[in-house]
Amino acid sequence: MKEGFRQAMAWLHTWAGLIFGWLLFAIFLTGTLAYFKDEISHWMQPEIPARSVTSEASLTVAQNYLQQHAGGASRWLIDLPDAREPGLSVRWQQTPAKRGERGQFTEKLLDPQTGAEVQGRATTGGEFFYRFHFQLQMPYPWGRWLSTIAAMVMFVALISGIITHKKIFKDFFTFRPRKGQRSWLDGHNAVGVLVLPFHLMITYSSLVIFMSMVMPASILAAYNGDARAFYDEVFPASTAPERADKPAQLAPLAPLLEKAREQWSGGRVGRLTVNNPGDANASVVLVRDGADRVVHDFGSAVTFNGVTGQLLGTTPEQSLPRAIAGSFYGLHMGHFAGPVLRWLYFICGLAGTAMIGTGLVIWLGKRQLKHAKSAVMPFELRLVEVLNIASMSGLMVAVAAFFWANRVLPVDMAGRADWEVNSFFIVWGLSVLHAMVRRGRTAWIEQLALVALLFGAMPLLNAMTTPYHLGVTLAQGDWAMAGFDLTCLGSGVFFAWAAWKMQRSGQARIVIRQRAQPITLEREAN
Amino acid sequence: MKVIPVSYRLAVTSRVLAAVLGGYIVAALASVSLTLLVPMARADAVVTGMMTSFLAYLGAVIWCFACRSAWRAWLGLIVPSLVLAAISGLAYWMGRS
Repeated sequence: MKEGFRQAMAWLHTWAGLIFGWLLFAIFLTGTLAYFKDEISHWMQPEIPARSVTSEASLTVAQNYLQQHAGGASRWLIDLPDAREPGLSVRWQQTPAKRGERGQFTEKLLDPQTGAEVQGRATTGGEFFYRFHFQLQMPYPWGRWLSTIAAMVMFVALISGIITHKKIFKDFFTFRPRKGQRSWLDGHNAVGVLVLPFHLMITYSSLVIFMSMVMPASILAAYNGDARAFYDEVFPASTAPERADKPAQLAPLAPLLEKAREQWSGGRVGRLTVNNPGDANASVVLVRDGADRVVHDFGSAVTFNGVTGQLLGTTPEQSLPRAIAGSFYGLHMGHFAGPVLRWLYFICGLAGTAMIGTGLVIWLGKRQLKHAKSAVMPFELRLVEVLNIASMSGLMVAVAAFFWANRVLPVDMAGRADWEVNSFFIVWGLSVLHAMVRRGRTAWIEQLALVALLFGAMPLLNAMTTPYHLGVTLAQGDWAMAGFDLTCLGSGVFFAWAAWKMQRSGQARIVIRQRAQPITLEREAN
Repeated sequence: MKVIPVSYRLAVTSRVLAAVLGGYIVAALASVSLTLLVPMARADAVVTGMMTSFLAYLGAVIWCFACRSAWRAWLGLIVPSLVLAAISGLAYWMGRS
């Protein structure tokens, strides 16, 4: 590390990228899938009908249901359906047996038209990818910590990568295809630079999202060690009133929607919380829909008296620093994005995933060249190769297996949702074993071919196991369902091409190897 | 294959430790100093401090790998840490009295 600044940054970029690359690849891929979380859930629970009912009508349905089934609960939570998530979700919390304890939650999904309970097949749906993206299937709070640490490493790798790559815009227009290692580097630079604003935004915002968890020193210093006081100040609407223990009739909730809209000059309501329903001290908190605008405001809520329907209070306008933090959150989540923008998010996410993947391939490719003549690869290179294969193609096989499990496992199986998740991890584990026993290139080709087969056959599998095949969904205009099938088909074709390409270049390499070519990559980007 | 000397490996380990642990301390102290100094409502100052801390962390990490030796990496973190700790301590004390 005696060389110049740029070389030092290249070193940092290389090693930070390698050590966290495999984890970051998984975080990026699952996060990208999570942009279509609701659509994936819809495909995985096709029994739940999509209805277009007004918010008022579905809220009345929810109130009737809850009054019948959860009259004595301490709290109701109602999530109103929207265009992407057609189900009406109601949850209620039992009054805890002892003071200070958390009461148990019950959740039901209702048909917003009839008010009947909807019985979809048990599945975690798109929520699985969303949760994995930042919790990594680890117990709280370890997964969140690890993913935030990975985000910080990503931030360092991005900035050091930009510093390393001096001729950023000139090189952007150079892509040299079919040049092996050089093409991978050009590709890595192109996807990196093309969506650079997205990369910077997504990485920095992920740090902002968990900042109060990972960087709490300033909360403790400013509030004399009382973090609770900080949260109460930032989320004022979350404090619930005491029970009066006098029964009183709850006012109809539907008219409150209009009153809330007036407060927000037309903003929609996303969630309602009813505290102490049926009590004289009932209160109703209406939280604004996150899809309404880019800047996310956690606290933005209107509170009404639950008996008289009188306006009790609104949260004040967001201050500038909190609006900045909220806009990072909003930009990261992309709740506000319509179909076109959502696809753009998806494509940017894929570009980020591809950038990480090409980086890992380059690291290995450059070092493999030095050992091209010897028969046995050094242990560390073989380790990286196995991890590369399992973390990239293996993960994609696992994603496909997760979707397959959703259709193949019996609908009334016990622990069905868990077994979907288990199949994901079992298949991922098997991909590691497969990568260990097969030679590098063969393992790549076989796993990519399997991904191609599993994704390409997804529409067929769907048609064989459910009545919602492409012929029906396209005719009905159910774009979430049809889009899922078509995207899988497209991915299948892409991976088939990738597998075929790998096979061909593998054959070409054997010919080239006879006349070993000098490689001068080291000089440019180490 | 070229043999890498032990001293080089130790120096790299030292830099990594400086970047990860020392960098975190600099970032945390920077967020506290900023929070206590900016003329804003308390919650807003906290949010500003927390958001900015990651830039301090980034700068510290880059410094640790850009400077000439592992010793300089540590020195370059210890000096700003002491300064920031003094600033935060002073601001905290003035805020309480």
